Amino acid sequence: MIGLDRVTVTLGGRAVLHDVTFHPRVGEMIALCGPNGAGKTTLLRALAGLLPKTTPADPRRVAYLPQNAGSAWALTVGQIAALGRIPHGDTADAPVTLALRQCGIEALRAHRVDRISGGEARRAMLARAFATEPDVLLLDEPTADLDPAAAHAILALLKRTAEQGKTVVVVLHAIDLALRYADRIVVMRQGRVEADLPADRALPALAQAFGLPFGVDPSPRLLPPA
Amino acid sequence: MNRGLALVSVLLFALSLMVGDSVFGSAPLSIMVDIRLPRSALAWLVGAGLGLSGAVLQGALRNRLADPGLLGVSGMAGLGSVIVFYWGWSQAFAPALPIGGLVGAGLGVAFLLVFAGRAPSGSALILAGVAVSALSASAMALALTLAPNPFALAEITFWLLGGLEDRSLTHLALAAPPMLCGMAILLRLGTGLDALSLGEDAAASLGVRVDSVLRLAAIGTALTVGAGAAVAGGIGFVGLIVPHVLRPFVGERPGGLLVASLFVGGCLLTLADMLVRVVPLLLPVAQTPPLGVITALLGAPILILLARKAAP
Repeated sequence: MIGLDRVTVTLGGRAVLHDVTFHPRVGEMIALCGPNGAGKTTLLRALAGLLPKTTPADPRRVAYLPQNAGSAWALTVGQIAALGRIPHGDTADAPVTLALRQCGIEALRAHRVDRISGGEARRAMLARAFATEPDVLLLDEPTADLDPAAAHAILALLKRTAEQGKTVVVVLHAIDLALRYADRIVVMRQGRVEADLPADRALPALAQAFGLPFGVDPSPRLLPPA
Repeated sequence: MNRGLALVSVLLFALSLMVGDSVFGSAPLSIMVDIRLPRSALAWLVGAGLGLSGAVLQGALRNRLADPGLLGVSGMAGLGSVIVFYWGWSQAFAPALPIGGLVGAGLGVAFLLVFAGRAPSGSALILAGVAVSALSASAMALALTLAPNPFALAEITFWLLGGLEDRSLTHLALAAPPMLCGMAILLRLGTGLDALSLGEDAAASLGVRVDSVLRLAAIGTALTVGAGAAVAGGIGFVGLIVPHVLRPFVGERPGGLLVASLFVGGCLLTLADMLVRVVPLLLPVAQTPPLGVITALLGAPILILLARKAAP
């Protein structure tokens, strides 16, 4: 199982992670929240073993989706998902098809990724991670710049995946989504883990980290799809 | 697709043996073996190497403007060869010629990776490439001026624009081994380049060793382009045109372009060289045009098209 024990990371002379201990549990969906520059992305990259002097995680067991994940070339959705088989060194079709179905883009398989919507392209990247059939999914802002319906759909999918016994660690800026979908919220600020709480008790810590007041807001709002 | 391209390559090669400076069709065996065979084989090999290394450089740098000629890699290879050739080192030790070429090409690729970074934007890459090209062209002119050989400067056209006139079996024997080694290295990079489409972090998380892919791409390009330019001069644009023309047919996946780029590059330069040879038969001209002129006439419009697309 992946995890970090008292890890300090210095990049360019600045400590971006400071004495961080973090252990995700199997079957858990964890949201990493915190202000910009809090070290969320670095923590995720440390978990994946992508930082210098870290041991790379087993690519067959751990899938990592970077922030602003895109493709330099206009691959098809099917080709993107098939890249997830590289760690296994095979071209098995069944896991790719299953991943595309799970992400709801089986019908777009032959479509070029530059000719579909941003939400669909994000799902294609997610399908690439699913096609690896990993035990752990590390996702950096998978819902950034998606419309609310697409964001809810992706997080609901991740929640179901966690419930099926996978571990999901996701960096989220949208606090409402984190509170709704995560089992556990890790609040980060200035390279430190400020709080590590079940989602239903995380709001005060989040408010403190962002320096925002919190309370009951009776104003009308959108609800997630039923 | 690839099988068809291989067949076309064989047919073009056979046809290329039939096309001569003065006669079509059959010729004495000695002309076929000593003159046309090395020339045709070099045309195919150099073109294949340029097509393949163009496809690999574009994949490795994630930039569709990458081309060994445009980025000055061919120019640096030519510079290395010029220095070795006109200072007489290659007379003393024949393999020094391709070695000079591949050292020059290696320096060119290394400079690009260091100066323009690993995933350079279109403009950064082209600026670095223009710098390397200009530097190598002027250094080459200087080297030819200073060369102890009084006829050296007269051959600048050959080194700048490339050509396959009077290439012998010796040239083929010198250039083919490093070129084939380089191609073998480049052809194995498909999976790594596919993974790199998603960026370096994602590729690393898929278990791909990004550093080693980039290093092998540089070494393979240096071997292929360097040895090629040592015997055929600086032929430009083949590496740019070939992947560009192929993408609509075989898709954009970098790994899927490699074999096809190899074959189409070989066919393209074989055709261009045949064209060079028949021009004096068809047109009232005294001299054959340099080979690089044909590829530049094809390539320059495509470059302009791509640059317009890449501009913000």
